[in-house]
Amino acid sequence: MTASGFQTALGGDALESHNFLTLFAVFMIVCTIMYLLVIGALIIAMWRGRRRGKELVVETGRHHETGPAFRTALIGWTALIVVGLTSLTIASFFTDRSNASVARDPGLTLKVTANQWWWDVEYTTHDASKMIRTANEIHLPVGVPAEITLQASDVIHSLWIPNLAGKQDLIPGRVTDMQLLPRKIGTYRGQCAEFCGIQHAHMALDVTVDSKGDFEKWVAAQQRVAFAPTTPLQLAGYHYVTTRECSACHTITGTPAGGTVGPDLTHFASRRSIGAGTLPMNTGNLYGWIADPQSQKPGNHMPTIGLEPADLHAIVAYLETLK
Amino acid sequence: MSARVLRDGPNFTGPKLESALTLAWSRPRGLIGWLASVDHKEIGVRYIVTALIFLALAGAMALHMRLQLMVPDNTLMNAELFNESFTMHGTTMMFLFAVPVMQGVQIYLTPLMVGTRNMAFPRLTAFSYYMYLAGGLFLWGCHFLGFGPDNGWFSYVPLAGPQYGIGKRADVWAQTITFTEVAALAVAVTLTATILKQRAPGMTLARVPLFVWATLVTSLMVIFSMPAVALDSALLLSDRLVGTQFFNPAEHGDALLWQHMFWFFGHPEVYIIFLPATGFISEIVTTFSRRSMFGYPIVVLSLVATGILAFGLWVHHMFATGLPRVGYSFYTAASMSVSIPTGLQIYCWIATIWQGRPKFEVPLLYVIAFFFTFVIGGLSGVIIAAVPLDLQLHDTYFIVAHFHYVLIGGSVFPLLGAITYWYPKLTGRMMSEDLGRVSFWMVFLGFQLAFFPMHISGLLGMPRRVYTYPAGMGLELPNMLSTIGAFVVGLAVVLFVLNLIISFAGEKAGHNPWDAPSLEWVTSSPPPEYNFAHIPAVESRTPLWDDRTSLPVVYGLKVESRELLLTTFVSASTETREPSAMPSIWPFVSAIAVTVMFVGSVFSPWAIPFGIVPVGIALTAWFWPKKPEPSEEAVIA
Repeated sequence: MTASGFQTALGGDALESHNFLTLFAVFMIVCTIMYLLVIGALIIAMWRGRRRGKELVVETGRHHETGPAFRTALIGWTALIVVGLTSLTIASFFTDRSNASVARDPGLTLKVTANQWWWDVEYTTHDASKMIRTANEIHLPVGVPAEITLQASDVIHSLWIPNLAGKQDLIPGRVTDMQLLPRKIGTYRGQCAEFCGIQHAHMALDVTVDSKGDFEKWVAAQQRVAFAPTTPLQLAGYHYVTTRECSACHTITGTPAGGTVGPDLTHFASRRSIGAGTLPMNTGNLYGWIADPQSQKPGNHMPTIGLEPADLHAIVAYLETLK
Repeated sequence: MSARVLRDGPNFTGPKLESALTLAWSRPRGLIGWLASVDHKEIGVRYIVTALIFLALAGAMALHMRLQLMVPDNTLMNAELFNESFTMHGTTMMFLFAVPVMQGVQIYLTPLMVGTRNMAFPRLTAFSYYMYLAGGLFLWGCHFLGFGPDNGWFSYVPLAGPQYGIGKRADVWAQTITFTEVAALAVAVTLTATILKQRAPGMTLARVPLFVWATLVTSLMVIFSMPAVALDSALLLSDRLVGTQFFNPAEHGDALLWQHMFWFFGHPEVYIIFLPATGFISEIVTTFSRRSMFGYPIVVLSLVATGILAFGLWVHHMFATGLPRVGYSFYTAASMSVSIPTGLQIYCWIATIWQGRPKFEVPLLYVIAFFFTFVIGGLSGVIIAAVPLDLQLHDTYFIVAHFHYVLIGGSVFPLLGAITYWYPKLTGRMMSEDLGRVSFWMVFLGFQLAFFPMHISGLLGMPRRVYTYPAGMGLELPNMLSTIGAFVVGLAVVLFVLNLIISFAGEKAGHNPWDAPSLEWVTSSPPPEYNFAHIPAVESRTPLWDDRTSLPVVYGLKVESRELLLTTFVSASTETREPSAMPSIWPFVSAIAVTVMFVGSVFSPWAIPFGIVPVGIALTAWFWPKKPEPSEEAVIA
């Protein structure tokens, strides 16, 4: 993976995106040949015309007649197009079947719900106490087929993690799904691909493909309730977050904060970015985001509430403990 | 010749006939006369000029967006402005530029090419122009007043629905569509009737110029596809205005219903823009290759096949919506099959050049640029017809590259060639060839620089409709190149328009400066109000190239009042004479009344019941029956 290869359709880091590369190569070869044939014929046609001199004679009289060579070539050209298209259609169909085969035996099931402009992520299991809820990030174990159920709570969105697979729309009133079989450990980025309103450009998510061991560790960490504050500053932040505006929208498991309108913050500080991929996670950006989310991501649904500096310090100190 | 009714004939010809016809076919002077005009040439030019102004506005907007995207994390434009800009750009280019400019050229050329004196329903044509203009002014007026639409040119629900599309922006979009639908449908009907019933005697369906064939297929496509989007936008408006729940999933409505109906129109729309351009290409290739078109029947059948297949592909815009996979395979196959007729047309054009003696004047250069560009767009269309490929490429800059290659390479290049080709007919002057070549090379090379890198940025993960993108994704270089290329194209278009203006004083063109074979070149440049002093009779596909001293004509139409010759629709044998409408102010008044009703209905549903009254009055005045003048029948010679 190159430095910039964390959000590219050319990554081929999972079964489907790998199939994409193969099929894309096949199509590119066929299309390049067809392009060269057309342009070659055009250049020869123009060249012949130039050689015939400049006199402006209309080819009258016999201009409805056509040599048999042109008719034969026409049949050949048509046959070539038909054969080419048929082969490509068949190749496409079998690639599609191969992509669909991932769904047969998923080792992991998730539910992703898209909201204006963030992703709600749930790891579903039969045991309610083992449920994980996070936001704007997906962790997957390498080599394990994962099935993601997709829903939207407001408008249409589209989940696209190009390194792993093609996109799939999330449509209010419908349930769609996506299957992934990651093949390479790595960190990737996904993004909403269907225009969904003012902050469509800042609706990304971080995807981490881990070894099975690392994935289990991450799951275990996520299943814990939030850490309790230890320093007085963190405690002040805890009180603010759980009793004032923040808790109306956000949940922090193990605390009174139980809002469900915004992203779950239980392990917020363990994530790689803030505001659905808007800013990298670090203390400076966290200050900027909490102080004035409307200048960082104008139009998003988190209001700028005009915090006192002391409250801001406390909130950031507390949020940074939520590993 | 009767004493009471004056008709043209072998003894009544020349300047005397021409002055009589001018009297019958000219319109009153002054503003009222200008607004009352029903001359297809005047209306066609108004359409073309208006559409080019909208092209300039939407093009300037594109340059603004390219500046925003030139570097990552740019703050030149905010999200609101960017979203409104790409919505205005797409809506304007599709509904206010591409379709109307093609229809404008068709309105201007069709009666001349089929050899008649005016369109079939000239007042409806005039009405359509005012509706189109009103729709354009409405959209751009709302934009300048600060509530232009911002949900994309496809206006997907629920984003554009009452719950999320707050304010009047989505209503403005939907009502703009209503205006342009009414205009486009009206033009399509008049063009269809003109082509089927008013062709010069002898112009059988097998002798119709290929541009006219393309016009006929396009018009039928408009008639069959526009009602889908008309219904769609009407349902959206009623969802927003009176609380119906057609698209609201919470009330058993369906968000995907919008997409099905939109793309059932939206895909044919692409061919409605592309097929007239294939007509330009056929005419230009014929004239400049000095040879009649190779494989005329193949080209006609390809046009018809494209027109039919275009209605079976719409789901390829919806491969990511989670419909059943087996169903998708059908649409993959259908989408790919549409390249068969297009491939056949390309073969016929190249074979014509091959067998002819091509003269590389500016119009033919644009056709050659078409081959180099459009074929890339067509082949990238084959790529995205495959579901596994489209799921990656859909809604990325790869698609932006694809459809600009198809629409600019496939339609705008031939259009620029066509404007250069027919400019002498419209104005009587030639366009500057030197300036023409400079702007040609700039637009061709600038286009490749602007749009080829978008294939790359799409593959590298850049989605469409994002107002900015983060640094470090490898998107910096392709976006910088695209911006530079876009400005080269912008400069080239400025030069082209400059050429249009300064060439009013250019070299004088005769009747037929290119030595072209079709009927529009038999009359003077610009043509007189009545188009032809005598209605020509046609004996081949290339009437002006046939070995003859003069073109045969038919006699017997009235010269003191407006009269057209109707012919049968397959063999174009003479059938009857038909009076043609005089200028009337009522189409303009009706358009104003309908505009008031449409604009009012954005704000209140009561605008419909109250607004319909002035519309009814205006239409009644428009269609008020006149006492038929008794006239003695004469035999058509």
